[in-house]
Amino acid sequence: MASDILLEATGIAKHYGAVVALRDASLSVRRGEVHALMGANGAGKSTLVKILTSAIRHNAGRILIDGREHVVRSPAEARRAGLVSVYQEPALIPDLDIASNLRLTATPVEPFMNWVREMGVPDLDLRATARDIPLAILRVLDLARAIAIEPQVLLLDEMTAALPADLAEKVLAVVRRQGEAGRSVIFISHRMLEISALCDRATVLRDGETVGVVDIGPGSADRIVELMLGARVERIKREIAASSSDAPAPAAKPRLSVRDLSVSGKLENVSFDLMQGEVLGVVALEGQGQDELFGVLSGSRRPTAGSLAMDGRDVRFATPADAIAEGIALVPGDRAEALLMQRSVRENIALPFSARPRNWGPIPLRRQNAVVSEAIRRLQVDTRAQREVQRLSGGNQQKVTIARWIAAKATTILCFDPTRGIDIRTKHEIYHLLRELAGQGASILLYTSELEEVQLACDRAIVIFGGRIVDVIPAAIADEPTLVRAAYGLPRLAPGETAGAGVIPGTAS
Amino acid sequence: MSLLRRQAWVVGLLVLLAALFVFTRIIQPDYGADGFGSLVRAALPFAFAVAAQTVVVIAGGIDLSIASMMALTSVTAATLMDGAGEPFGIVAVAAVLLLGLVLGAVNGILVVVSRVPDIVVTLAMLFVWQGAALLVRDAPGGAASEWLKELIVGTLAVPGVPATITDWVPKALILLVVMLAVVWIPLTRSRLGLSIYAIGSSSLAAFRSGVGVARTRIIAYSIAGLFASMGGLVLTMSTGQGAPIPGPYLLASVAAVVLGGVALTGGKGGLLGPIIAVFVLRLVRSDLTFLAVDPNVTTIVEGTIMVIVVMLGALLAMRSRQS
Repeated sequence: MASDILLEATGIAKHYGAVVALRDASLSVRRGEVHALMGANGAGKSTLVKILTSAIRHNAGRILIDGREHVVRSPAEARRAGLVSVYQEPALIPDLDIASNLRLTATPVEPFMNWVREMGVPDLDLRATARDIPLAILRVLDLARAIAIEPQVLLLDEMTAALPADLAEKVLAVVRRQGEAGRSVIFISHRMLEISALCDRATVLRDGETVGVVDIGPGSADRIVELMLGARVERIKREIAASSSDAPAPAAKPRLSVRDLSVSGKLENVSFDLMQGEVLGVVALEGQGQDELFGVLSGSRRPTAGSLAMDGRDVRFATPADAIAEGIALVPGDRAEALLMQRSVRENIALPFSARPRNWGPIPLRRQNAVVSEAIRRLQVDTRAQREVQRLSGGNQQKVTIARWIAAKATTILCFDPTRGIDIRTKHEIYHLLRELAGQGASILLYTSELEEVQLACDRAIVIFGGRIVDVIPAAIADEPTLVRAAYGLPRLAPGETAGAGVIPGTAS
Repeated sequence: MSLLRRQAWVVGLLVLLAALFVFTRIIQPDYGADGFGSLVRAALPFAFAVAAQTVVVIAGGIDLSIASMMALTSVTAATLMDGAGEPFGIVAVAAVLLLGLVLGAVNGILVVVSRVPDIVVTLAMLFVWQGAALLVRDAPGGAASEWLKELIVGTLAVPGVPATITDWVPKALILLVVMLAVVWIPLTRSRLGLSIYAIGSSSLAAFRSGVGVARTRIIAYSIAGLFASMGGLVLTMSTGQGAPIPGPYLLASVAAVVLGGVALTGGKGGLLGPIIAVFVLRLVRSDLTFLAVDPNVTTIVEGTIMVIVVMLGALLAMRSRQS
């Protein structure tokens, strides 16, 4: 039935000069439907979303809303046409308080507050400046602000990526109710579980084209992955199998020893060893002290007590440069914190070379080029847009961050949620890469908010709860339920015992 | 209490200003209402230049052409009023304010349309407006209506209020407060004002919130042009003529903006801080003159004060965030 279709986009194309971002994308969303938009990084999801919200203009194709041609020139006009989006990054003005942010978009306060409470934030201060509010809460506020004006089409781009499991549950429940209320939602996420729990249908993009629409149901996840990856799916499945079974036994010698590390109020007496050739997972809910742990280890924050040793030698870091000199490198979750976005791929990879004071002076170009080329080749970084890192997709940006430290021959790599907001294929490439590095003797500390990563990439995982290490779990038994229980500070189940349904938030779906 | 905390920077500047007054009275016991009156008159063009710069900086930009716009509007005012009758003065004032608005809009449109960085565009416009000022009048001259000149001389006698109080409220101060308030208060109460803060804080977030970023930026520059033309007018009012060569208002405006607690990265601050900062900087200058300090040393002292105050402010802000 044609009248059932609320939003219809056909033949959408967009190119930047010679680079084609979208070739022939189409999307058809029914009234009251939660519709997933899926695709590997670089498939054109973000471009399509930006076109729908008129943040950029398309070169060809038509967009119909309610059967009428949709011609708008700015997000402000898209809003008035009933199309509101919530992006991956917070959209509140950092220096304004919440009340002013609401006034700016003419959002009614009452419904906004209702939705905020609905999503489990009971005591929001409208006078608080957006900058001072934690990221996870900002995401909730963004969503509440969008829903409060009751849009016909709500566009959610990686909405749950930065959310802890309990908040994500509540947010998803609210999104589901939008569909029940007859409004349509376009939902973008890399979490297959969320898609199957929430969405009615999924449109899959690959290389700038719509390759299929899937009704969500039993077995649809496999079908979606198949469509997303095309012919590559079998090869990647083999790789996962290979990476999880061939995990070499780590050498017994500790590379980085952490003893009684404390950061006032955040971390208490944390001790562990990171072995040579080991990938050690760190599992924790939002804000349990993992930020502080990685801050101390990477030299950007000083501990209030405790000691660090590298290969048995006591070390002390005043700045990240000290840590880097010891071979410890940080790959932060937010790529913008690591990369010079306006510089080229090569410069970004070569930066740690020329940054060391003793390397000031002329850059040994030939040697540097060789090392950088090797790193690019090894990581399969897509270098079509290599003149400016900001034009790469998120996954490729993250590869550049890791490539830099491989080129700099770091022995210990601290990865803080490196696969946040990255598509499945690139994620698996990154796991594979981490395993390969470990196989060559590097030590890797991997904090991840995606629990299935632990079994895919790690040898063991430490679980932090309330600033303390509450458990150390070998990868073999670190399935999601076990990790979630530990992350909530619950004791491990005895073998044979099973958790009651609904006890474990975040896994119910 | 929270008001006090949010306005901590302004309160701090007021305390600094009060301390400077006490210091001035100590080194110059006969400094009184007259001295204050001439301080305000001297600060007047600086205050308008700072107001102009503040709006643009809050919007996340910078305007290097402010002093040139003041020169151009000043000579235009002096030339329009030269030989014309007294009542014509009001027409001239309106025309000059409109001119300022247009000059600012041209700056803004060039920044938005050309996508050349604002610092480059307004540097170029600094020369353009200066050349235009020299075309209008190649040497100081012209005239100003008498009633206009009267507006900033002396004090206003209010029936029922003793002269000891009105003596401390010079007409120049009233003019300044009224002119700034007429533009600024409606602005900050509107979504337009909010949008100016928004694009300075994060233009991406503002865009996504549905703010017309380009339009808001042009308006911010236009308001800066309006304030600059007010500055040009008071120059003509106080000297009775127009001078085509820009005065030392550009760097002074940036200095007072910084000292006034406005973040050069945009999005933060208000108008009150920079205006008080103007008075602080002016008063420091007269104190050093009273003390017969070498004028070259004076600028060194001013620079030092700026760095120390901004540093202290940042330190205090860090403290309060940690506690």
